[in-house]
Amino acid sequence: MTSYVLFLTVFLACAVEAVEAVTIVLAAGTSRHWGSAVQGTVSALLVLAVTVSALGPAIGLLPLGALRLVVGALLLVFGLQWLRKAVLRGSGFKALHDETEAYAKEVAAAQAAGAGGRGIVRDWYAFTLSFKGVFLEGLEVAFIVVTFGNNQHDIPTAVLGAAAAVVLVTAAGIAVRAPLARVPENTMKFAVGTMLTAFGIFWSAEGAGVTWPGTDAALLVLIPSVALLAIGYTALLRRTGAAAGTAVPTAAVSAPVEGTLR
Amino acid sequence: MNWIRSFVMFWYDFIVGDDWRVALGVVVGLGATAGLVHAGVNAWWLLPIVVAVLLGLSVRRVMLAARQS
Repeated sequence: MTSYVLFLTVFLACAVEAVEAVTIVLAAGTSRHWGSAVQGTVSALLVLAVTVSALGPAIGLLPLGALRLVVGALLLVFGLQWLRKAVLRGSGFKALHDETEAYAKEVAAAQAAGAGGRGIVRDWYAFTLSFKGVFLEGLEVAFIVVTFGNNQHDIPTAVLGAAAAVVLVTAAGIAVRAPLARVPENTMKFAVGTMLTAFGIFWSAEGAGVTWPGTDAALLVLIPSVALLAIGYTALLRRTGAAAGTAVPTAAVSAPVEGTLR
Repeated sequence: MNWIRSFVMFWYDFIVGDDWRVALGVVVGLGATAGLVHAGVNAWWLLPIVVAVLLGLSVRRVMLAARQS
């Protein structure tokens, strides 16, 4: 493997990991709170830097499977909660009124927490999601660099490939941030729930020992499948609710201006 | 003691959320997946099925509750 091939291989492998991390951060920031998402990202990068410098090449000995299992399971539970509420709201079983109340309650709780000195993080959800995504993917990037770099006795080229991938993907993430902010809130939350659930399924199953057909490419099937499932449930519930007369008017729930999925 | 209760409730609400059955189902599903992998079956298909069932049952519970009220 020449230096060019090593660079390209590490670049592509790390780009995949970086896309996953940036997706999670974009999801947390756009749908919850940008400041907390950035705080989570920076904290994860700091912890990652400490971990990598402390362990060095021994980083290859970390139980990545166990980390994937725990992080994936948490993402899956979070994702299903978000998706569940998105389905209920999309089908009319959860009204805007409820969301407004939930929003007001959450703001009050956040203010109370702030007064109680709960720290500088305003949204723990956004912070934790970003932290987990960036830390796990960052560890995987470190693994790739150490594995490929050591195999080819060329760590600097591997580091260069990884850095180029991370910088490029991060720049792309920043570029799509503004257009993402214009997406209707309920649609965005539906998409975030889908992404978290799909990533959660992928990582936690890998952590449990599963080998996905097509490895990382399985995500390209998982994400649309989860979206279709949620859209299917929404349509089914909307039809059932309309027949029974239990759903609230859809117009009231399709364009909420505030609220969260928690 | 009040702050311990608040602390526990915060983390419960944070991790488990509105429907504890979903969280439990995920744990059971992952346990079953790990068990099958240990037995030599590459059970990549199990968790997507578990997720589809859990989400369906969870929204169904809300729908039934709305009908009863």
